[in-house]
Amino acid sequence: MKHVVTLNTKKLQNTVQKGGCGECQTSCQSACKTSCTVGNQSCENKR
Amino acid sequence: MIHQFKNNGYNIVLDVNSGAVHVVDELMYDVIGCVADGTFEAKRSELETKYPAEEIKEALEEIEELKANGDLFTKDVYENYIFDFAKRPTVVKALCLHIAHDCNLACKYCFAEEGEYHGRRALMSFEVGKAALDFLIANSGERRNLEVDFFGGEPLLNFDVVKQLVAYGREQEKIHNKNFRFTLTTNGVLLDDDVMEFANREMANVVLSIDGRKEIHDLMRPFRKGAGSYDLIVPKFKKLADSRNQERYYVRGTFTRNNLDFAEDVKHLADLGFKQISVEPVVAKDTDDYALREEDLPGLFEQYDKLAADMVERAGTDEDFNFFHFMIDLEGGPCVAKRLSGCGSGTEYLAVTPWGDFYPCHQFVGNEDFLLGNVFDGIQKTDIVNEFKACNVYAKPTCKECFARFYCSGGCAANAYNFTGDIHGAYSVGCELQKKRIECAIMIKAALAEKEAKEQ
Repeated sequence: MKHVVTLNTKKLQNTVQKGGCGECQTSCQSACKTSCTVGNQSCENKR
Repeated sequence: MIHQFKNNGYNIVLDVNSGAVHVVDELMYDVIGCVADGTFEAKRSELETKYPAEEIKEALEEIEELKANGDLFTKDVYENYIFDFAKRPTVVKALCLHIAHDCNLACKYCFAEEGEYHGRRALMSFEVGKAALDFLIANSGERRNLEVDFFGGEPLLNFDVVKQLVAYGREQEKIHNKNFRFTLTTNGVLLDDDVMEFANREMANVVLSIDGRKEIHDLMRPFRKGAGSYDLIVPKFKKLADSRNQERYYVRGTFTRNNLDFAEDVKHLADLGFKQISVEPVVAKDTDDYALREEDLPGLFEQYDKLAADMVERAGTDEDFNFFHFMIDLEGGPCVAKRLSGCGSGTEYLAVTPWGDFYPCHQFVGNEDFLLGNVFDGIQKTDIVNEFKACNVYAKPTCKECFARFYCSGGCAANAYNFTGDIHGAYSVGCELQKKRIECAIMIKAALAEKEAKEQ
């Protein structure tokens, strides 16, 4: 495309089927103890 | 729903419901905006004075292509899904163990009131900690990875119990096919070679509390008698960070109204050689003189912009570093279920006091209204647990319309409660800062992608 560069290929809507396994880290345990940040967590489910 | 913004010379369009991030030219930025708010036909002639008609046509075609691919103007189809998801039986996967309600510092902004959490000074016994780990294993269902944070107060005031609990956890994980990920949060005062060796062997992550520049740090993080703690802890933190190969740790600071130029503190930490940095806004009552105010926001936004631009400059050089609140995983990030159900406080994540009481998270400790049960008798207040379980972005009126909902997941329940008296509320200053951080994080991705493309 001439006017657009899309940075990611993974679509959130595609994570509905296989998501929700819950193996990922609890967000508050890493480095924030006062502000919730979930979007930076990594998925542990590589299926 | 889309969110458009400009940052550091980049025009960015975020398609909220798919998570697609588009870096676009000026023409596309304007056209998408008009298409999104339904004003394209009305503004067509105005656009044609700015851009060639042929190019506008091209842009419209590209928009159609993005739509067809599910990358633009996607619908929010998750609301029913997430309510069904919230009805699932939950398991506990993480505990914050308050190993010591006591501290050797007297930090002025401490939500734990110098370690005591509005209560008495106390150390957790091995028996209480053991019962907590047993509870976690017994209530974790099929989950293999279990997280336990040694927190305080200052956990190193009770280091022997930390060691005993880790040994107990290592023994039990084999029996029950679990994997404990232990973490330690410390102010560094009692950090010595023994602790470092232990932490490097056993701790998946270490959080080291430091606020930045010496004068800023010492102002808010003094010893009980008033002397600053910076000079004592910095060499120890540097040593520990290096001994962990600059990985699996964070130096973590808090900024307040005393350092509205907090980007300087982040830079200071980076210049000290730390590669994993987290500095976040203080959570304080609006009566506290160091609390951040609505009027501080424009200046704080500038600080985030400055920091983000600085990180782009440093990327790929020896001076680069990672800033926790600008981390964003566009490719392998969490699934929708995780993004919409939030941090897990009160359900998957519980805090345990030295005497074994359960609270929804460390921030609620000491507020008796949120006492859930204890490690010996289990959870008694299932009504409170259910309230937390149902507290997702669709249950929060402010979040429903916010572009950031898939990144902050409705934010911190404790902040919401402290500022609005309701865990379903929203802490507006925190929300505005969160949104800015997401924009900066996306801009950094755009800049790095451009850099990479140029190098190829």
